[in-house]
Amino acid sequence: MSAASTRVGLRRRTPGWEIAVRFYAAVVFTFLMLPLLIVFPISFSSSSYLRFPPPGYSLRWYRAYLEDPTWIDATLRSLKIATSTTVLATVLGTMLAFCIVRGRFRGREAVNQISALPIIVPSIVYSIAVYALFAQLKLIGLWQGIVLAHTVHAIPFVTIVVAAGLRSFDAAQEQAAMGLGASRLTAVFRITLPQIRPSLISAAFLAFISSFDELVIAMFLGGSNMTLPKKMFDNILLEIDPTIAAVSVLKIALVCTLLVLASRYGAGVRPAV
Amino acid sequence: MMVPAHDRMTASSVTRASRLAVPILRGEHAPLLVGVVPLIFLGVLFLLPVAQLLAMSVEGGSFAHFEKALATKLYVDVFFDTLVIAATVTSISLVLAYPVAYVLSTASPRWLLVGLIFLMLPFWTSILVRTYAWMILLGRNGLLNQALLGSGLAHTPVPLLYNTTGVLIGMVHVLLPYMVFPIYSAMLRVEPDLLRAAQGLGAPGIQVLRRVYLPLTMPGVIAGCSLVFILSLGFYITPALLGGGRVIMIAVLIEQQVRQFLEWGFASALSIILLVAAVLFYLLMNVLGGERTT
Repeated sequence: MSAASTRVGLRRRTPGWEIAVRFYAAVVFTFLMLPLLIVFPISFSSSSYLRFPPPGYSLRWYRAYLEDPTWIDATLRSLKIATSTTVLATVLGTMLAFCIVRGRFRGREAVNQISALPIIVPSIVYSIAVYALFAQLKLIGLWQGIVLAHTVHAIPFVTIVVAAGLRSFDAAQEQAAMGLGASRLTAVFRITLPQIRPSLISAAFLAFISSFDELVIAMFLGGSNMTLPKKMFDNILLEIDPTIAAVSVLKIALVCTLLVLASRYGAGVRPAV
Repeated sequence: MMVPAHDRMTASSVTRASRLAVPILRGEHAPLLVGVVPLIFLGVLFLLPVAQLLAMSVEGGSFAHFEKALATKLYVDVFFDTLVIAATVTSISLVLAYPVAYVLSTASPRWLLVGLIFLMLPFWTSILVRTYAWMILLGRNGLLNQALLGSGLAHTPVPLLYNTTGVLIGMVHVLLPYMVFPIYSAMLRVEPDLLRAAQGLGAPGIQVLRRVYLPLTMPGVIAGCSLVFILSLGFYITPALLGGGRVIMIAVLIEQQVRQFLEWGFASALSIILLVAAVLFYLLMNVLGGERTT
């Protein structure tokens, strides 16, 4: 309502200016969408090297992807890592959110800052640091090691989204359940968590994507076991063959599906910072 | 709030009392306890390795790695280039994002949805996918050069890839949504009556913008700029691929030092410098921003 009245207020004064701003925004949106759209025709190209527009259309690059065990291995490994990261980060991040929102202890603000810290530390810095630790623990090359590091990376996203959900939830309901004899644990699982489910779904989405697309940490910790982003990175560096375009289209399709699911059942998927 | 424990004690049965025998689980400490496991997790897997990194950078109690990083022209140039690229990306993103955020904040629900989809879809698409797409678009025979040559705007292919221009385009594309969202949030909070009041008092449109709208949306601008700047400092994928080895940002330098030269100590020192810069700008953002725009 307030947005609409702003528009009326300014438009009456400067309609031409308003139209110019909208045109400008349309150009910016084109800039944002262009790279996504361009990979579609390339992925269906029949040419064995990169040409635009493609001389003909075929599914050969999708076949190349599906028939190459290294691509499939990398994809399955990344799915396994991202799923495990999602579970671990959603559980730990939610616990941390409870601690921050409900806690009434000294040092709560410090906990809040620590939980946000992994966002500020650049991936390359964290990769070097965690590599040194995992080398001592003999975790290099194991997918479980990547899960642990990706979980650290994903926890802040989960904590911020779930904390926002918890703040808008009326804690009196939980206390009412406890007053009626439920234990705190029962109250949280039966009353609180079901009501903040949209936040939990959004948080899980953020955790999954952050792991599934993560390159730098996986590059350092993965050893010879490539994740999908590492395989894509090498492929882009070494040879530009349209298999990567087919993979790109599949990844865009996955993101679209998850976005639809997250906006249907979640609490929005805006950048969590 | 909960009834004080001693009141309940007097009023209630033995079972109540026995349940209160573990007050730590029912009382105010439960939220603290639930935080213990994730905090240990972050302590061991995040704070500990970062502390080890710091130790590695000053191995043998010497600051030689830091001296090498800060006294060698080659490396100082990399720091400088990184700062310049980060500042340029931030400025371009701001110029692109502010009007877009305005259009979103005044759009009808249907157009808002379209705008958000156009922002979210690229935002959530893998950086690798987008970087690859920019390589197709920006190459010597890429789509953009074909268009430029075809339309007669250029007579020879314009070098857009494997240089700073390519890196800037790719980074702005990745970071633009981070700029749009805080500004958009700030714009939603602007009271439209204030703008009408300014207009009613006779202020021309440009004055309303400069004296009322810009100051009111400034927290969003500061949050967006700090965020984009901090994230730019640590960028790796975009400069590595679109820079073609010619654009060395600090993250690319760190990766080279480790993977090509196995210079762990030196790479740790570079990492600590990058980390300190990021944290300093983050603190600056908190001071400047005042209020948080989440």
